[in-house]
Amino acid sequence: MSGGMGGRAGGGGAGDADPDGGFGDGHPREGSGERPFFGYDGAMKILVIEDDAQAAAYLVKGLKESGHVVDHAADGKDGLFMAGSENYDVLVVDRMLPGRDGLAVVEILRGAGTETPVLFLSALGSVDDRVRGLRAGGDDYLTKPYAFSELLARVEALGRRKSAAAVTTTRLHVGELEMDLLARKVKRAGKQIDLLPREFRLLEYLMRHEGNVVTRTMLLENVWDYHFDPQTNVIDVHVARLRQKIDREFPTPMIHTVRGAGYCLRA
Amino acid sequence: MPDFALLRTTTFRVALLYLGLFLASVLVILVLIYWFTAGFIERQTDETIAAEIAGLREQYRQRRLPGLIEVVKARSAVPRTSTLYLVATPTFTPLAGNLSDWPDARPDPDGWIEFEIADAPEEPDGGSHEARAVVFTLPGGYHLLVGRDTMERRHFQERVLISLAWALLLTVGLGAAGGVLISRNVMHRIDAINRTTRQIMSGALQERMAVANTGDELDQLAGNLNAMLDQIEHLMVGMRQVTDSVAHDLRTPLTRLRSRLEITLVEAGTEDEYRAAIQEAISEADRLLGIFSALLSIAEAEAGTMQRSFQKVSLSDLARLMADLYEPAAEEAGLGFVGDIEAEPIVLGNQQLLAQAIANLLDNALKYTPSEGCVTLAVKGPAGARGACISVADTGPGIPAAQRESVLRRFVRLEASRSSPGNGLGLSLVDAVARLHGARLEMDDNDPGLVVSLVFPRMGPE
Repeated sequence: MSGGMGGRAGGGGAGDADPDGGFGDGHPREGSGERPFFGYDGAMKILVIEDDAQAAAYLVKGLKESGHVVDHAADGKDGLFMAGSENYDVLVVDRMLPGRDGLAVVEILRGAGTETPVLFLSALGSVDDRVRGLRAGGDDYLTKPYAFSELLARVEALGRRKSAAAVTTTRLHVGELEMDLLARKVKRAGKQIDLLPREFRLLEYLMRHEGNVVTRTMLLENVWDYHFDPQTNVIDVHVARLRQKIDREFPTPMIHTVRGAGYCLRA
Repeated sequence: MPDFALLRTTTFRVALLYLGLFLASVLVILVLIYWFTAGFIERQTDETIAAEIAGLREQYRQRRLPGLIEVVKARSAVPRTSTLYLVATPTFTPLAGNLSDWPDARPDPDGWIEFEIADAPEEPDGGSHEARAVVFTLPGGYHLLVGRDTMERRHFQERVLISLAWALLLTVGLGAAGGVLISRNVMHRIDAINRTTRQIMSGALQERMAVANTGDELDQLAGNLNAMLDQIEHLMVGMRQVTDSVAHDLRTPLTRLRSRLEITLVEAGTEDEYRAAIQEAISEADRLLGIFSALLSIAEAEAGTMQRSFQKVSLSDLARLMADLYEPAAEEAGLGFVGDIEAEPIVLGNQQLLAQAIANLLDNALKYTPSEGCVTLAVKGPAGARGACISVADTGPGIPAAQRESVLRRFVRLEASRSSPGNGLGLSLVDAVARLHGARLEMDDNDPGLVVSLVFPRMGPE
C-alpha cells in the first residue's frame, strides 16, 4: 500500500470524527474573518456524477454555496457525455452508477486523454477498492459516508493541483514565508526557521495548498501516507508544533484552524 | 435413482476405465498362457519328430535301407502310436510304414509338409486327422517320411483356447458387476452427503454429514464438510453477537440523537439554540460513523481476502513512522515516548492495516497512561521459535489477566474506562489484523502497565 499511491491516495473520511463537522455558510469560525469560510477563492466548474438524487442534491447545494459552478449527471452515460463535451475543473464520480459504473466512466475518460482530476465517492471502503479506484484513473477516493467539509477540502485541493501541476518549482512562497525545496530551508520575513523533516513536509503540503482547507485525514494521507483515523489528536499536535515555529514570533498568524474542517495556511 | 444415472457417475466411469485396463492385462496374461501351453505342445511335436529322425538316421548309417525298413516296420506296428512313418520307392510306392499313400503335398525348404491322413479311422466329431512331417530323399532315390498326427495337439489347443475364452468372459462379467457394485456403494454415500447438504440448505442447519470412520476420502470429505459447517456456524454466531452489539451500540446513540433533535424542535427558540443542537447532532453522527468504519475495517480484516495483496513490510520502518507520528502527542500528554528498535525484521502484510493496528495500540496507551508515565514502541527480531515482534508498552493501569481475553471482543470496554472516549473496537481491530497476518496478539504485565505485542510467524528463508 505504500509508495506507489503516496501523495495522491485518498480516503478514510468516513469516520472523520471532528466534533464540529460543518456544512457551510456562516458557520462559526476561528482565525481571520473576511474571506469565505472555505478558503478557496477561485470558483471551479465541477461535475457531480451521482445517481442518488438526494445525495446529489446535497452535494450540488453544498458545492454551489461554497462558490462553485456545479453540473449534475444522474448516470454514467450522461456523465461521460457531459465530461467529454465541457471543460470541468474537477469530476466527483460515484463509483457505483446504473448503466455504466464510475470506474468504467473514468477509464474511458482517461483513455480519451481527459486529464480532469477525479474524486471517487464510494460506499466500498476497503484498501483494495481504493487501490482499484486509483488505478482506474481516480486522483482521490472518499468513502461514504463522509463529512461535507472533507469532500469540499479534497475537491478544492484537486482543482488547485490541476492549476499548479504544470509548474515544477524549487521554491515555494506564501506571503513572507519562503521555502527552498532543494536546500530544505524555510524563512519567514527573512528569518531562518529550523524544522524537523516531518514538520518540513507538513509545511510543504500546507504551502502547496495555500488558501485551501486541508483536513486532518488529508494531512495523514499525504504527509504520512496512512489512510486511517487516529482517535487521538496526533495531527493537531503536529500542527500545533509547526505553528509554534512559524507563527510564535510574528504578529500575524499564518496557520489557521478551521473549526470542524481542518487547517488553512494563508498569508 | 433411475439406473441410467449410474452411467453418468464419475465412479462408474472410473470403474469402467479400471475394467478396461484390467481386461487388457488379463488378455496379455492369457496370450502368454496360450503360448506357454499350446505353443509348448507344438514345439514338443517337432522335437519328437527330430528325435525319431535322429534314431532312424543312426539305423540307416549302420544297416542301410533294409535296416531302416525293418525299424520302420517295427515302430509302425506299435498300436495307437501317433508317430507316422513311411518309406517309399523313388516312384513313391510305399515299402514300409503306417501310411497307405505318400501324401500329396509340397515340402517347404526345410523339408516340412502338412497333410491330411487319408485312411485314418473316422473321428467321432467328424474332423479329419491332420499331420505334420519331415520328408527326406535317401541315396538311390528312396523317400523317407517321419511325422506326427497333430489331431490331439489341435484338440488340446482348442480346449485351451475355449478355457481361456471362458476365463475372459468371466473376467468381463465379474469386473463389470464389481464396477457397478463399487460405484453404487460410493454413489450411495455421495447421495447421502448430497441429501444432507440439501437438508442443510433448506434450513436444518444443525445437520451434519454421517462419518463412517473408515478414514477414506469420502470420510475425509464428510469430515471437512462438517468442519466447514462448524466454522460457518461459529461465524454466524459471531455475526449474531455483532449484530446484537451493533443494534445495541448504534441504537443507543441513534435514539439519543433522535430524541435530542425532537426536543430541540419542541423547545428551542433562538437560532443559537438550534445551532448548538445541530452541532451536537453532528458530533453524535460522527461518533456513529466512527463506530461504523471501525466495524467495517474489522470485517475487512476478518474476511482475509486481503492476504492476496500482501507485500513485504518492514516492521522497523513502520515503527519509526508511527513513533514520528505519535511522539509529539505523547509529549503533549506529559508522557515519555521511547522507540526501542532492536532489529529490522520484514514481514508479509498490509502496511495500512498494520499501521492502523499500531495506531490503535498507541491511542490506547496515550489515553490510559497517566502523565509522567512512559509509552514504549518496540520492535524485536525473530528469536528461537518466536517470530518478529512489534509491541506497545505503557505504564498505565494495565488490564487484569482475567479480562485480557474479553477486551478483544467487539464493544467490550472495561468498567474503569467507560468514562473516557472510545467505542470498544480498537483492540478488536488489532486482534483481527493480527489474525489476518497469522500473528499472535499477546498481552502481558509491564509492572506497572500493559504490553501488547503482535508476534508474527517465522518467515521461511527468502
